Amino acid sequence: MEIATTKKEKYYLSKGIDGFFISASKTFRFVFNYFIELFRPPYEFGEIVKQCYKVGCDSLPLISLTGFIIGIVFTKQSRPSLSDFGATSWLPSLIGIAVFRALAPLVTALICAGKVGSSIGAELGAMKVTEQIEAMDVSASKPYKYLVFTRVTACVFMMPLLMLYTSFVALLGSYINVQTNEHTSLATFIANAFDKINFLDLKASVIKAVVFGFTIGMVACYKGFTTTRGTEGVGKAANAAVVTAMYLIFIEELMIVQIVGWFR
Amino acid sequence: MEINDTTGKEIVIDIKELYKSFGDNHVLRGVNLEVDRGENVVVLGRSGTGKSVLIKIICGLLTQDEGSVIVLGEDVKNLRARELEALRLKVGFSFQMSALYDSMTVKENIAFPLMRNFKHLTKAEVKKRVDEVLDAVSLIKSRDQYPAELSGGQKKRIGIARTLVLRPEIMLYDEPTAGLDPISSIEINNLINSIKKEFGVSSIIITHDLVCAKVTGDRLVMMFDGVVQKQGTFGEVFDSNDERIKSFYEYNFT
Repeated sequence: MEIATTKKEKYYLSKGIDGFFISASKTFRFVFNYFIELFRPPYEFGEIVKQCYKVGCDSLPLISLTGFIIGIVFTKQSRPSLSDFGATSWLPSLIGIAVFRALAPLVTALICAGKVGSSIGAELGAMKVTEQIEAMDVSASKPYKYLVFTRVTACVFMMPLLMLYTSFVALLGSYINVQTNEHTSLATFIANAFDKINFLDLKASVIKAVVFGFTIGMVACYKGFTTTRGTEGVGKAANAAVVTAMYLIFIEELMIVQIVGWFR
Repeated sequence: MEINDTTGKEIVIDIKELYKSFGDNHVLRGVNLEVDRGENVVVLGRSGTGKSVLIKIICGLLTQDEGSVIVLGEDVKNLRARELEALRLKVGFSFQMSALYDSMTVKENIAFPLMRNFKHLTKAEVKKRVDEVLDAVSLIKSRDQYPAELSGGQKKRIGIARTLVLRPEIMLYDEPTAGLDPISSIEINNLINSIKKEFGVSSIIITHDLVCAKVTGDRLVMMFDGVVQKQGTFGEVFDSNDERIKSFYEYNFT
């Protein structure tokens, strides 16, 4: 690596390093504030419920469709491999494991990152560039508590519920495919699908969903709150909210799978 | 609070040797300013001279690099979060672009800071106070409209009403007549004067509109390059041989 030699290069290098640490400290404070607000009543229950409704309603149609199709397609694609070994009766348990352990939390999170993350990022970004957030600040209306805390909490609450709903819809899709081809009864399908699922799987999936929900809400709010440069900035904030959340979701997925593996 | 030796009035805002830079851009370079209770001070100057930065420092939205800002006896820079919130209830800020919450109706916009800060108020009390300020800005009929349905002048008045509802002791107006037609500008100027009379607030009005300055200002402060160049009454400020002040006056009236 070439070492910065001239004064100008050294100046920009030190400015870049300073900028990195300043930005890291701002991000840390923004996230840490959430935990401070968590223990500082009163809470905005009305606004939290409103945001929960928005998070749920925004994502429900897309999640229903995606979950259902994933169930059908995954079953359809897995059948030939299992049928080579005469093991098509394992399809329900294979789908059950795949959906509960990995697909449902990940797919739900990715859809919400796109749908909810972009919506929050754009909404707060627009509020930021039109000085609405500053207006709340100068009237002592605590914008962080009203805008950030409520949205992040709504994402944290709704993500596990949406994840369970995705699992249900994916299993439904899978069941329709299995029933059509193997004529398996619903009771047998359910019994087989849940046979290999234990409490640790459910716990890990709920934890994943909570972590993903927190990530989506926090990243979107942070990007919205730090929007600059007018309408162009709003577009960038919405985009960055989605992309950053998706990166983080994959990294978190990998870490949680690794940690859960130690307990298995 | 300190007393002004010259006027014998209470000083509500006392700014001493204020410096503020953004990177290499030195916006404020040693500003000194005092505002007495009940006084309207107009801060004039070209764009980029740090007028808006000055009032954002006064209400704690920005922090100065050097110097002191004492507002109602409190040093803004050294206040803790809760103390700053308490001070902000006494200092109203009217934004240049009004900054109305576009997802809320006019009445919700005005009720919002009330309900966030005075949770003990009943719905009837909130409604009464909202109607009071809407009446003061002559927009009681617009209470159920959304900001998108209002004209620029109406938005400004609602923005002012939203700050008035907290019954502040000080008002900070950022370009109150910018982007308005002459008639709307006159309405806003009259409103600023009537707020001073009815509510007894002290104000800092940031503008480069000389009509607004002449009509609303008890004292004018002329800023150039981040420092106060001259202050006094309208006549005193513009009776000057300084080329920059002269050209500022001529550009406004030609």
